[in-house]
Amino acid sequence: MKRGAVAVALLLAACAAPPDTRRSGLAFMTPATQALQRDDTQNPGMLWVQDGAALWSRAAGTSGRSCADCHGDAPRSMRGVATRYPRLDASLGRPVDLGERIAQCRVRQGATPPPAESQERLSLQAYVAHQSRGLPIAPDDDPRLVPFRERGRQLFERRIGQLNLACAQCHDQLAGARLGGSTIPQGHPSGYPIYRLEWQSLGSLQRRMRNCMSGVRAEPHAYGAIELIELELHLMQRARGMPLETPAVRP
Amino acid sequence: MARALINMPTTARRAEVIEIRTLISHPMETGYRRDSDGALQARDILRRFTCRYDGEIVFSAELHAAIAANPYIAFHTVALASGVISFSWEGDNGFAQTESRTLAVT
Repeated sequence: MKRGAVAVALLLAACAAPPDTRRSGLAFMTPATQALQRDDTQNPGMLWVQDGAALWSRAAGTSGRSCADCHGDAPRSMRGVATRYPRLDASLGRPVDLGERIAQCRVRQGATPPPAESQERLSLQAYVAHQSRGLPIAPDDDPRLVPFRERGRQLFERRIGQLNLACAQCHDQLAGARLGGSTIPQGHPSGYPIYRLEWQSLGSLQRRMRNCMSGVRAEPHAYGAIELIELELHLMQRARGMPLETPAVRP
Repeated sequence: MARALINMPTTARRAEVIEIRTLISHPMETGYRRDSDGALQARDILRRFTCRYDGEIVFSAELHAAIAANPYIAFHTVALASGVISFSWEGDNGFAQTESRTLAVT
């Protein structure tokens, strides 16, 4: 009787946890590009991380304070931070992503906020996210984020553009198949900001999503638009538990 | 000033072959691309990389338009004596940067 109960419990556990078929974009790349990401002495993203480390301890704005003056040593204070973003900003009443949070901090320092995709913002973002490398993505469970995350899911599944394609059609249903010469990845945001070979530069998740939107011939949302943040929320939820790789290299 | 990452051992045994890896941030704009208005973007590339070991050239390379942004250059040299290894990149628009590292040979 007892043995039967254990067997049933094991069976239930097996049913509850199907094998994880999620794969980082890293798994879909050629061995040469994988090697580029794995070796920090070759990974061009490390140039931005190095730049971010310098910016971290440099005084900025009218306050004359640096990031380090408030946050201290980044390897300790910023460990795991990037795995939780986007998070709710109580004063704005909406979620913000890591890049926007850094820009807000710059305002508090009395400096001009670095615009999206600027070298300063990407460098600091890469440096902060780099401190979480290897840690599992752990989205914030704040219940106030639920409606935003749900809208993100709907956006992910909604067909857009002249090609009338939804994100989910490629990244859920056709992942691993080919689009022209490239393999379609599952679309997990596990390495942002990424060094994309096509860009020859570092770029944010928002830039990547805007690329996909123009790819299906839709009007991309503006940088910082709530729709992009909602999509980020959904994507991070979808990748919950996957290790962060920042700075990742992608083709 | 461009950011550069240099990876090499700080100590080596005499006559040991050491590997040196360098990475520098540079757009390597080819001069063949057009901007959104259709105007040709001026070429801006690195032309030459030189590595000197105590002043003597031990490795150099010419760079051209087909080389990707943020060029990565790796090479080997033989550790002869303790000294300074310097790395210089020169390019269009008067670009010039020199970094140096010391190597202790035992």
